[in-house]
Amino acid sequence: MARMTDHLGRPIVVVTGIGVVTSLGAGKTDNWAALTAGRSGIHPITRFPTEHLNTRISGMVDFLPSSSRGASPLTYELAEMTAHEAIAEAGLDTRNFGGPLFLASPPVELDWRERFSLYAAGGTETGLERLLEVARGLNGLDVFQSAQFGSIADRLSDSLGARGLPITLSTACASGATAIQLGVEAIRRGECDRALSIGADGSVTAEALIRFSLLSALSTQNDVPEKASKPFSKDRDGFVIAEGAGALVLESLESAVSRGATVLGVLRGCGEKADDFHRTRSKPDGSPAIATVRAALEDAGMSESEIAYVNAHGTSTPENDKMEHLSLSTVFGARIRDIPVSSNKSMIGHTLSAAGAVEAAFSLMTMREGVIPPTINYDNPDPAIELDVVPNVKRNADISSTMSNSFGFGGQNACLVLTREPV
Amino acid sequence: MNPNDVVITGIGLVSCLGEGAEAHWAGLSAGTVRPIADETRFAPYVVHPLPEIDWGLQIAKRGDQRQMETWQRLGTYAAGLALDDAAVKSDEALCATMDMVVAAGGGERDEAVDAAILAASEARDDHGVLLNQHLTTELRPTLFLAQLSNLLAGNISIVHKVTGSSRTFMGEEGAGVSAIETAAARIRCGQSSHALVGGAFQTEHPDMLLGYELGGYLHRGAWKPVWQRQQSAGGGVITGSGAAFLVLESRDHARQRGRTAYARLGTVASGRSRRATQDLQAEIAALAARAGVADTPLLTVSGASGATRATEAERAAFGDMPGFALRGFASLTGHMKEAQFPFAVALAALAAYKKTAYPPFDAESEAAFAGDTRTVLATTVGYHQFEGMALVHAAD
Repeated sequence: MARMTDHLGRPIVVVTGIGVVTSLGAGKTDNWAALTAGRSGIHPITRFPTEHLNTRISGMVDFLPSSSRGASPLTYELAEMTAHEAIAEAGLDTRNFGGPLFLASPPVELDWRERFSLYAAGGTETGLERLLEVARGLNGLDVFQSAQFGSIADRLSDSLGARGLPITLSTACASGATAIQLGVEAIRRGECDRALSIGADGSVTAEALIRFSLLSALSTQNDVPEKASKPFSKDRDGFVIAEGAGALVLESLESAVSRGATVLGVLRGCGEKADDFHRTRSKPDGSPAIATVRAALEDAGMSESEIAYVNAHGTSTPENDKMEHLSLSTVFGARIRDIPVSSNKSMIGHTLSAAGAVEAAFSLMTMREGVIPPTINYDNPDPAIELDVVPNVKRNADISSTMSNSFGFGGQNACLVLTREPV
Repeated sequence: MNPNDVVITGIGLVSCLGEGAEAHWAGLSAGTVRPIADETRFAPYVVHPLPEIDWGLQIAKRGDQRQMETWQRLGTYAAGLALDDAAVKSDEALCATMDMVVAAGGGERDEAVDAAILAASEARDDHGVLLNQHLTTELRPTLFLAQLSNLLAGNISIVHKVTGSSRTFMGEEGAGVSAIETAAARIRCGQSSHALVGGAFQTEHPDMLLGYELGGYLHRGAWKPVWQRQQSAGGGVITGSGAAFLVLESRDHARQRGRTAYARLGTVASGRSRRATQDLQAEIAALAARAGVADTPLLTVSGASGATRATEAERAAFGDMPGFALRGFASLTGHMKEAQFPFAVALAALAAYKKTAYPPFDAESEAAFAGDTRTVLATTVGYHQFEGMALVHAAD
């Protein structure tokens, strides 16, 4: 019989269901076909006017019923869709999942559409006092719930039959990875046999875009949208804001084996380390990112020589890609030039709170399919970043272990180590 | 005694009652209920305002202070109080390995910019373009960072050098419950040795009040204790600005560095009752049972918000438990949303530490308590959703 515990005697945590939605489409099949074809999902923004905006492109999910209904409804729909795909693949009941829910989702605020509508309802006051005045007379809880941070997870728990108090979390652009880490830890503690970890983000509004824009974080290469996200290229100028969701059913190996579920991959290790240097920039020596990667390897009980592929955070910002290269080359040494390191964001953009989960899903598929999705738009390599980025064209490769990185504003760093087989 | 017991070795509190554990103990055990409440500034709503704070005491660099709005400053300040209280703050190695879970909402929007956009919206229909015009030119670029939920934790890392890990939970009171539950569970099973956990809420901004009032939850008119708002206008909640952070560590870890604990954190139970279809009172009683509450009467530090339905259900649930005495501290501090449960646990820890009960905060509604306070119950029943409870025991 196979070993059910890892090098530290903890239950081995495997993945038995995967769900994904990005601008490339809904579901694993469409996404994988597009990713391996090197197709970009980045397109001009049509959801709101782009007059006065420096960035007019994104990787929004524009094809769902909730796509034009605001950040909260879309994030919910994205989360639920991917959850259904993952739970169904795991062979479990999509209405009675029976394990805890960990949801990475964007901080939601009252939508401007609602603010305008409340204001137009009249009243004697001006400014925000009028919104309060109108709110006093509101009937119904729809608007209220759209601005409550716990609402999406609450409704998902009802719809999916998740167990207990759901956790909604944000570690900025590392959120998706943190949701997975929380699920892994809960199973290792023996609190549950399975957990549902979702990263979902449908929060691209004009205000969200402008906020990132004001921090000079976004690409302004609007003319050919599908070419704008170019991680590790010399002419990269920022990330492309995007939406999407990824969901994983995490399960103890023992539980998966006992019910005859197909093991899609293993969550071998998680690492994290906060950066205390600056609110948006990382410590110049890269030490927190380096410590994060090393912590994940240690948690996995693996050495860096055992990692066959790196699914990079690779945002296409000048800062991130430089720092990620520094961290990886410090941990892996000269060998980093021989390890394929690709960025899904070259095709799907940066799905923010969802990114860690979406990219963990793609990392698992990379190992199962034996195909590495390329880093597209790699036409002008940055000479300071010597990496095998799997340029422009997919590559067939036997990959049994993957590292997936996520770094975010506020000094957030998370790293996952995933393997194909349990041992 | 288990080496992985979770003990509370540091408490950082801020509310209208003042700052620090001792100030809160003194204020709440004085027996004179004189609320510090502002009934005019946001009338018809009442708020419990922040006390005067010398931010420089915990946030030395003025540059750091400028990068934050009040919510983040408040949380960072209270986190500093807790770290100081636990003698962790100046210990670089301890901070660098310390885990952190922050329960967070969002930061303050720019009220002037929002008001200008709303005013302009009356004269034109192209609201999308209007937004772009104003937001691209009037927003302060770094304000975004002051609003981001996870940047409270980010600022704590920057100011206090807590960098072992940084996780931010969202979801009103439930975030505070999960933050403490998760941090404690990790310590108990050896995934973590010491952690900073807590949250902050800054209510003195119309947007923060709007978050409640969109659901009709705010009390209107003169101040009343949480248990006496059922018949008043509005939804029963009076909010307060405040923050609560705790330093949790394993008993072994505290012992090795020679620290005396305030209390031991026992079972933390969390719940999500389906309030639309289930009997909340019965769910609260069931949650208490899951937390380990039996027949022995307990002093119960209640996070009741005043929200009519949830508060009445909690009162009724404990009314059925003979000898239990509720202490609804939000009568005096206001409701602090994400910080509510950490605040309740902190006050429970103080009572267990002092081995003394708080006198009633509302003599008309709360019973005297003459029983043992070596174990104290902390509760938070969310004003809209999510529930949590924890037993807090004397450390020795």
